[in-house]
Amino acid sequence: MFKHESIETNSGLLIVLTLVAISIGGLVEIVPLHYINETVEDVKDPVTGVELVRPYTPLEQRGRDIYIREGCYTCHSQMIRPFRDEDLRYGHYSLAAESKFDHPFQWGSKRTGPDLARVGGKYSNEWQVAHLVAPRSVVPESIMPNYPWLLENNLQYADIKDRMIALKRVGVPYSLTKVEYESNVKRFGEDVAKKLDINTAENNLMAQAQKGNYDGNPNKLTEMDALVAYLQVLGTMVDFKKFDEDHFIQFR
Amino acid sequence: MATPVKDPLTGAETTGHVWDDTLQEFNNPLPRWWLWTFYGTIIFAIVYWIMYPAWPMFDSYTKGIGNNITYKTDAGEEKSTHWNMRALLANEMQTGEPALKQKAYLDKVGAASYEQIAADPDMSAFVRSYGVGMFGDNCAACHQAGGQGVVGQFPNLVDDDWLWGGDTTAIETTIRGGRMGYMPAYSKTFSPDQLNQVANYVLTLSGQPADAAAAAEGQKIFQGETGGCYMCHTKEGKGMHAQGAANLTDKVWTIANVDAATTPEAKLEAVKAVIHNGVNRKMPVFGKEGRNLSDTEIKVLTAYLQQMSAGVAAK
Ligand code: HEC
Ligand code: HEC
Ligand code: HEC
Repeated sequence: MFKHESIETNSGLLIVLTLVAISIGGLVEIVPLHYINETVEDVKDPVTGVELVRPYTPLEQRGRDIYIREGCYTCHSQMIRPFRDEDLRYGHYSLAAESKFDHPFQWGSKRTGPDLARVGGKYSNEWQVAHLVAPRSVVPESIMPNYPWLLENNLQYADIKDRMIALKRVGVPYSLTKVEYESNVKRFGEDVAKKLDINTAENNLMAQAQKGNYDGNPNKLTEMDALVAYLQVLGTMVDFKKFDEDHFIQFR
Repeated sequence: MATPVKDPLTGAETTGHVWDDTLQEFNNPLPRWWLWTFYGTIIFAIVYWIMYPAWPMFDSYTKGIGNNITYKTDAGEEKSTHWNMRALLANEMQTGEPALKQKAYLDKVGAASYEQIAADPDMSAFVRSYGVGMFGDNCAACHQAGGQGVVGQFPNLVDDDWLWGGDTTAIETTIRGGRMGYMPAYSKTFSPDQLNQVANYVLTLSGQPADAAAAAEGQKIFQGETGGCYMCHTKEGKGMHAQGAANLTDKVWTIANVDAATTPEAKLEAVKAVIHNGVNRKMPVFGKEGRNLSDTEIKVLTAYLQQMSAGVAAK
């Protein structure tokens, strides 16, 4: 009788055709981003030619894991949109390149608290620690929860190599072999390449925590050390003074 | 194709399904308003596809036509490109009315001296409104929204009592380059007695009740090489802006929370704790090496702080 009756009375066919119909949006909007050249900007130092956006160091990566574990993303986005008001408040809009090593990315759209994409360097380590332990001790009107255990919990990092290997599988250029290391030296410079070497991950993690003393207690390696190290690097890798805005517009 | 089934009562066409003996589904046409809205969205989509970036191609996408955005590069070269948010933002920052108005004010303030800003009600009002936003975004998390700070952690900026100096040059330097407030910990240097003596002396400097005999011994430690306190705080204890060392003779406390302590013993403990633990606190860098605020923005903040602390000092 009706042409669509044959579809409506055949649930198998209906399921298949529904899937096809709703996939079109995703296929058209998302898939091409993976092969269109301009999607991820090219952000190399204009002088030295090294890539400015690098994977997280082992300590920062553990901090990121804790950020995700604690659900900070339920209140904080990491995506500054290209609007004037956001530019004035948070700084330069986020580049796709700045989250290219994030698995999963933390863009989000829920902002109960402020965007954190460029919070690195905005406050001192002491402030970050005081704020995470008891946000209302520094921001009386804050509704952010207290995270006192971050300062008490020892940082677990026995599995750091496995974590890095897992990330390597999904495309983050941590190095295992000499060849991979050399390629990182070319891409990111020697100092950075050393920190991306999986073989020395534990030492690198310890060294950064020792040097940075993020939690203010040099005798203890806590989850706070890792989380603050992560927060302090957010949005600081690209030095926008080195670029003409035109450079980034050309990627759109 | 079977012949359409009609409802015997109304004569309307039905789908032919019948439930519960008589319940049928009519096959009415879609409402007109709905249908035309639907056609309208299709036409909108086609216009949108033509004008805006839309369809993916092999390694690129259709960029849209008749909808270009112009903007200037840093070198001043005028460029025109297909519609996109980034170019739109650049264009808005360069030609948008609010941005231009703000820029005109910033240029005016940037070129004026602090005296001129203070004397000009228009510029003062701009400093107040732009300053409160800047202060809220960058400073209030530490120095608190009213600039009153937190004793022991972040100094009060509106009490007109300055660690590093309160003239405009000093404040600009503080904001641009950040500061390290450092005093060594005396936990290993002093015996409990010595700590007690020097703390008593510190209390006498601002006229707080203290043990006179202990304070006399403390003075020797403070002004001599045992303590070496004078190197930063001066022999009189008046502090030194070059070191960011607190003036100990005024009644303003920035680290030791003496005011909150109610008994003389508690006041003594508060002072002892500072000397025992030392101080190590950091004001972040907001100039080029840090948050990269422009010189004019730093100027606005400095003028804003002057307004705030002058208001308090006048009370
Ligand atoms: C219930 C929602 C909520 C959760 C969960 C939350 N925050 Fe917040 N956060 C806020 C709010 C609201 C503010 C603004 C007030 C303040 O500064 O405390 C804020 C502020 C901040 C700031 C200061 C940002 C700025 O620019 O001033 C940082 C950094 C921060 N949060 C980090 C975190 C981290 C790390 C976590 C997870 C451990 C977290 N937050 C979890 C609500 C939240
Ligand atoms: C992470 C916390 C933090 C933030 C954010 C911060 N400050 Fe500070 N600021 C401090 C600390 C800590 C000191 C004290 C340094 C010392 O001990 O000498 C200080 C000192 C100062 C001083 C010197 C006070 C004096 O008595 O000489 C000024 C002026 C000042 N800050 C202004 C600002 C302004 C303006 C901003 C925003 C652009 C700002 N601060 C943001 C922590 C902060
Ligand atoms: C290296 C320089 C230096 C030396 C030496 C030094 N101080 Fe300080 N002191 C400071 C600085 C800087 C501050 C302010 C810290 C800040 O605001 O960040 C300070 C603060 C203080 C305070 C707190 C004042 C307040 O308002 O809360 C006391 C008390 C104090 N010093 C006592 C002493 C005594 C006693 C000695 C000697 C035993 C001493 N200091 C030696 C630099 C020094």
